[in-house]
Amino acid sequence: MVQLRLPKNSRMTAGKTWPKPEGATNVRKFQIYRWNPDDGENPRVDTYFVDMDDCGPMVLDALIYIKNKVDPTLTFRRSCREGICGSCAMNIDGINTLACIYGMDEIKGDVKIYPLPHMPVVKDLIPDLTHFYAQHASIMPWLETKTNRPAKEWKQSIEDRAKLDGLYECVMCASCSTACPSYWWNGDKYLGPAALLHAYRWIIDSRDEATGERLDDLEDPFKLYRCHTIMNCTKTCPKGLNPAKAIAEIKKMMLDRAV
Amino acid sequence: MRYLTARKRAEGLGAAHTGTEHHWYMTVSAVGLALIVPIFLFVFGHTLGGTHEEVTQAFSHPAMAILTMLVLFVGLQHFRKGAQIMIEDYSRGITRKILIISATVLSYGMMATGLFAVLKIAL
Repeated sequence: MVQLRLPKNSRMTAGKTWPKPEGATNVRKFQIYRWNPDDGENPRVDTYFVDMDDCGPMVLDALIYIKNKVDPTLTFRRSCREGICGSCAMNIDGINTLACIYGMDEIKGDVKIYPLPHMPVVKDLIPDLTHFYAQHASIMPWLETKTNRPAKEWKQSIEDRAKLDGLYECVMCASCSTACPSYWWNGDKYLGPAALLHAYRWIIDSRDEATGERLDDLEDPFKLYRCHTIMNCTKTCPKGLNPAKAIAEIKKMMLDRAV
Repeated sequence: MRYLTARKRAEGLGAAHTGTEHHWYMTVSAVGLALIVPIFLFVFGHTLGGTHEEVTQAFSHPAMAILTMLVLFVGLQHFRKGAQIMIEDYSRGITRKILIISATVLSYGMMATGLFAVLKIAL
């Protein structure tokens, strides 16, 4: 059955409050999830204070400030700092998003930061995305063709290329999948919005010749039909994409070939 | 501890190649119920407060009897399949199977009882 309470060793405890920066007049409070697999202790929420006059505008800037100037043990992923790599996805102020493109001015009150929900935690704000990536690989995210390779290139009309807009931009940050209750409860079998959006991206690619096989692989009560269209994925997507619509389009294609 | 690769875990037992029929049935029955339930409630509402004879008279009319049986059949089939979805969402393993069997027995039991009652009044 669904677990409604966290296991004992995952329940939150009171954390440490770090000192305020000296001489700072414009200070903001951050409450950040901390967990270290090596110390054997329960997770805790540490409180930090950031000098906003000495920090950039994005949440990632504040995390980097904390790591550089307050607590070097704070652990999180980051790379591009412009919403392209998807590394810094985390739960900020209750919303799954990318820390690098989420402005602190969008948050009222204290800034609360947790790892992406319902995923195993590697350390602090780093979730284990192994299964998530394997699910993405399982939908064959590449062009599948049967016709002999053309001498120059696979041609595609401007109209057909336009169908990929709103799909190819996904950076696999996992914000959508980890915002989906169906993925929380049945993530072992349900592919989740991110993998399904990518699946649709290849299904409607006019150059791809494995449409039937792709639909066959998705036709399953759990892989696809666990989506109940509550649209948390679309609401949370930091790139403004619409995975729920992509999933609905897959369902329509399933119907088109059956009814 | 099982030494399975991440890909092996993600693939699981593969696709069941079912689900579309279930999805389509739920869509069709939802549209059907949206049409017949308001009519049923309207007609049923008129019988409220009537005497036993008036009520049995109303339900013995062929149109009312057929409408009631349709609501019972389509409604409980919709319930059965919807309950199955909820059970699959929130339970696992043998519990899931037992709950699905229970929901099916309950649905068909209520359907048979209701249809029997309507037929007994109507015929």
